Amino acid sequence: MASKLTLSNRTGWTFALPGFALIVAFIILPFFFAIGLSLTNQRLISPNPTRFVGLENYRQLLGLGVVTLEPERNDAGEVVRDGAGEIQYPRLREITRSDAYPQYRGMREWFRWQSGGNAMVVIASDVVFMKALVNTFLFALVVAPVQGGLALVLALLINRKVRGMNLFRTIYFMPVVVSIVVVALLWRFIYAGQSGLLNTLLHGLTFGLFQPVDWLGNPSTALPAIMAMSIWQAVGFHMVIWLAGLQTISPTLYEAAAIEGASKWQTFRYVTWPGLRNTAVLVVVVITMQSFAVFAQIDVMTKGGPRDSTQTLVFQMVERGYGKQDISGGSTISVILFAIVLTISLVQRWLTRER
Amino acid sequence: MVINPDNHGLRLFVRYLVLCLIALIFILPLVFMITSSFKPDSQLLADTASLRAFLPVGDISLDNYFAAFRRAPVGLFVFNSVLVTGVTVFLSLLICSLAGFSFVFLRWRGRDMVLSIVIATFIIPFETIAIPLLLLVSKLPWIGIDGLEWGWLNTYRVQIIPWIADGLTIFLFVQYFKGLPGELIEASRVEGASWWQVYYRVVMPLSGPVVATAAILKFLVMYNQQYLWPLIVVQQENYRPVMVGLGYFFQLNVAWGEVMAYLTLITVPVLIFYLFLQRAFIASIASTGVKG
Amino acid sequence: MKLTRLLAGAMLASSCLCVPALAQTELTMWYHGAGNEVESKILKQIISDFNASQSDWTVAMESFPQASYNDSIAAAALAGKLPDILDVDGPNMPNWAWAGYLQPLPIDESEFADFLPGTKGMWDGKLYSIGLWDAAVALFARQSTLDGLGLRTPTLDKPWSRDEFMAALDAAKASGKYEYALDLGMNDQTEWYPYAFSPFLQSFGGDIVDRSTYQTAEGALNGEAAQAFGKWWQSLFTEGYAPGTSEDAADQQTGFIDGKFAFQWNGNWRAVATMAAVDDVVFLPAPDFGAGNKIGAGSWQFGVSAKSTHPDGAAEFIKFATQDRYLAAFSDGIGLIPSTPSAAQMTKNYKAGGPLAVFFDLSKAQALVRPVTPGYVVQSKVFTKTLADIANGADVADTLDAAVDEIDADITNNGGYGHR
Repeated sequence: MASKLTLSNRTGWTFALPGFALIVAFIILPFFFAIGLSLTNQRLISPNPTRFVGLENYRQLLGLGVVTLEPERNDAGEVVRDGAGEIQYPRLREITRSDAYPQYRGMREWFRWQSGGNAMVVIASDVVFMKALVNTFLFALVVAPVQGGLALVLALLINRKVRGMNLFRTIYFMPVVVSIVVVALLWRFIYAGQSGLLNTLLHGLTFGLFQPVDWLGNPSTALPAIMAMSIWQAVGFHMVIWLAGLQTISPTLYEAAAIEGASKWQTFRYVTWPGLRNTAVLVVVVITMQSFAVFAQIDVMTKGGPRDSTQTLVFQMVERGYGKQDISGGSTISVILFAIVLTISLVQRWLTRER
Repeated sequence: MVINPDNHGLRLFVRYLVLCLIALIFILPLVFMITSSFKPDSQLLADTASLRAFLPVGDISLDNYFAAFRRAPVGLFVFNSVLVTGVTVFLSLLICSLAGFSFVFLRWRGRDMVLSIVIATFIIPFETIAIPLLLLVSKLPWIGIDGLEWGWLNTYRVQIIPWIADGLTIFLFVQYFKGLPGELIEASRVEGASWWQVYYRVVMPLSGPVVATAAILKFLVMYNQQYLWPLIVVQQENYRPVMVGLGYFFQLNVAWGEVMAYLTLITVPVLIFYLFLQRAFIASIASTGVKG
Repeated sequence: MKLTRLLAGAMLASSCLCVPALAQTELTMWYHGAGNEVESKILKQIISDFNASQSDWTVAMESFPQASYNDSIAAAALAGKLPDILDVDGPNMPNWAWAGYLQPLPIDESEFADFLPGTKGMWDGKLYSIGLWDAAVALFARQSTLDGLGLRTPTLDKPWSRDEFMAALDAAKASGKYEYALDLGMNDQTEWYPYAFSPFLQSFGGDIVDRSTYQTAEGALNGEAAQAFGKWWQSLFTEGYAPGTSEDAADQQTGFIDGKFAFQWNGNWRAVATMAAVDDVVFLPAPDFGAGNKIGAGSWQFGVSAKSTHPDGAAEFIKFATQDRYLAAFSDGIGLIPSTPSAAQMTKNYKAGGPLAVFFDLSKAQALVRPVTPGYVVQSKVFTKTLADIANGADVADTLDAAVDEIDADITNNGGYGHR
């Protein structure tokens, strides 16, 4: 299409300039400043002079190493086992806190596995950051498809000219208009471990068989609980985007499909889905971005706990940059986050490019 | 369960039943918020152990609302938020749609590069740039009634201007404009319309859905999620928005009933806005007949 | 366009916040208590009394929500917009003084000779801030619980030992009458943690940081004493004595009153409400885990910002506000400990024989301020996370080591925080 358009440098720039100028002034310039900060030791506020430290902040966050631990042996040279028959290894702190291994100083165990009789321990200079990184990816990987898919199902369910659909659409959309901070406060009551609403409800529905779960207090349920809440809150928004997309599909295409005798699935596969291409790109991109920025839920509900099971990148960024006044460390996390999301969006653009 | 596919009535019934069950999931937490706002704290907390949490039963009164108004200038906060949000949404729609129009329908040097940059910016989390931005706005000039002044802190504009343009809103318009029929624009140009006329006579009237989507998204970001920014650029109560006002309710002993009342109060304007938009735009898109 | 007109109006309003021409010089003051009606009312009274009492100064107050107060201050300091007078949470004061937000109080220290030690903010040998009250923590219990379980009532002179304390928890647990033997308020993962729990660590003989130099936490936070503390702390949760970090927020407020807990480790700001609901409540001193019994000290205090051009006026206001009658008014209003013995005698709760007088004695006898160092801001966060992680089952030794590493790295990155 572009080829048919006349070249119009002046009008083009005039129309785009207000928006572009504002973005340059209020987003791009400050962001370059943040990149600059990540190369220094700047504190939020401090009487000490700022020094250029190169990539030290990045090394601090991303440093990894692998240590091999040999089993402990008793005087007779036999491998020591505990009561359950597990091989006993020396404590890692004997290496990380020993002057014999200065390169491992300050590093902590991230995870380990057994290889032969030895334990291979992956140590990281910032285990909390590593966990935040993994959790953030996990969050995006689960939330993007589930939320986008559920939103499409809801949109298809109510995209009919039947009585009451306006009402359902409004109800499904309602959580969206409530601030995520507010939602997180409300869901603390829902997830409460002792007499929370969810436990009460499940207890009632199963006639007392269900044992209360401490949703936010258990490292294995805390992140899924927050994911579920996030999906609940935003699914209505994406439903509306899908609906807007559905309504741009010409009714004549459906009529043609009906005449051809297409099944419901075929109609969806060959008429609806191709018509939603632009919308799908939009929904996936928006959810992915929002997932990588997850912060308020964590701040209100778990503060990253229990035991770092809900740490995320933006939460760590705020916790360090503001809470611990380490603005250069916080900036470093955000530059890493930017690099990750940029990579993902380039991949997404490549995957969804117009062929 | 076997459903006879020919039984239209039964199918309709099942469909509505499913829709209603889903509706319950979405609405119950909000019902909890609203019913709790009428209950004294002790009952509110005790009720969470049963279905009474969702029912306006027991000791029901408006006391929490009166208390909330005593604790914080709720009206002022809502006014500030609505003002800042309204102005930002309006300017944002105008400026971002113009930019989107330019990116899709016009050809100019540097276009693709500028578009890539703009789209890349919406993955920058705001928390990243908050501090540099604070330093920037605290030194910016402004020409007001009293002539030139320096520094934007403690104003409405500091809560508005940095938020007008964003990559996501522009991206929304770009994605939507790409789906509009190009022949329509070319035809108008052939008839001698200026680009500005094409923009507001041809393209914008066809853009109800994207305007509504962008407006809702921007409204939600501004009204609900803007928290860190006003916290650091506004030191005077006069300019505080609702989310900062939420902090007034978290004292050593949290009065949950008042919190629920405040949450209900600040959610109402957003609901009204949505219902208004829904009528104005979304409901009407079926008739605009935009072709994909 | 209506919107543009509104915008124009708004900008008009913002650009003409003209200060009325007064003979008095205006002093600005920031306070952390937005939304707290009682505190605001008393403070407004003090300000209007002050403004009426002399003709040189008027004080104008701006209140902030407490949860975000520190962020607001840091931002304003960055932008160079601090007010003349501001209030600061005691343990944060050294950080603000070191960072250059605060100047030493231009008031002679002797003015505050009879103030409780926890109310005086000292840094680098100088007085930077002064508090109108102090806070204290005690073990809340019912006399009937003590009698029913056959427990000795501990006193300041003879507090419970660790064994006695654990025996009391065991007895409460065995009685089956309570959901939990002890409530620690674990859901409140804020300054409450170091304030309420670091005294336990100190009573074991450890500390958050080595206070002799303030240059490392090695040995203090991961030495033998700290390891013993950590194991004990973890056992409170693994053995079901106390609810963990996911405790319902409501339980901390009402759980003891409702009889869900036999004992509650709680602040005196909740004492008034508890007394009203529980007739036979008693406030017990902290147990002695071997190195003496300790509780935290230091609450909100007033200071003068470094950029203030009127430190003399600010000093005059602070002197005015620290009169006994205002200390007493605050204490009566919010239940906290008045800073001076003479003010205590004027209050209904803390006068000799008053129901909370025990807290005054607790504060005098057991109080230990949190580490007096600019690095405390970070150390507080690290300590909070460490205790939450251990409570949730993290390995004690590794978690304490990690905390030490983080604290030490932070001290190094900040050039030792100016300790000499």
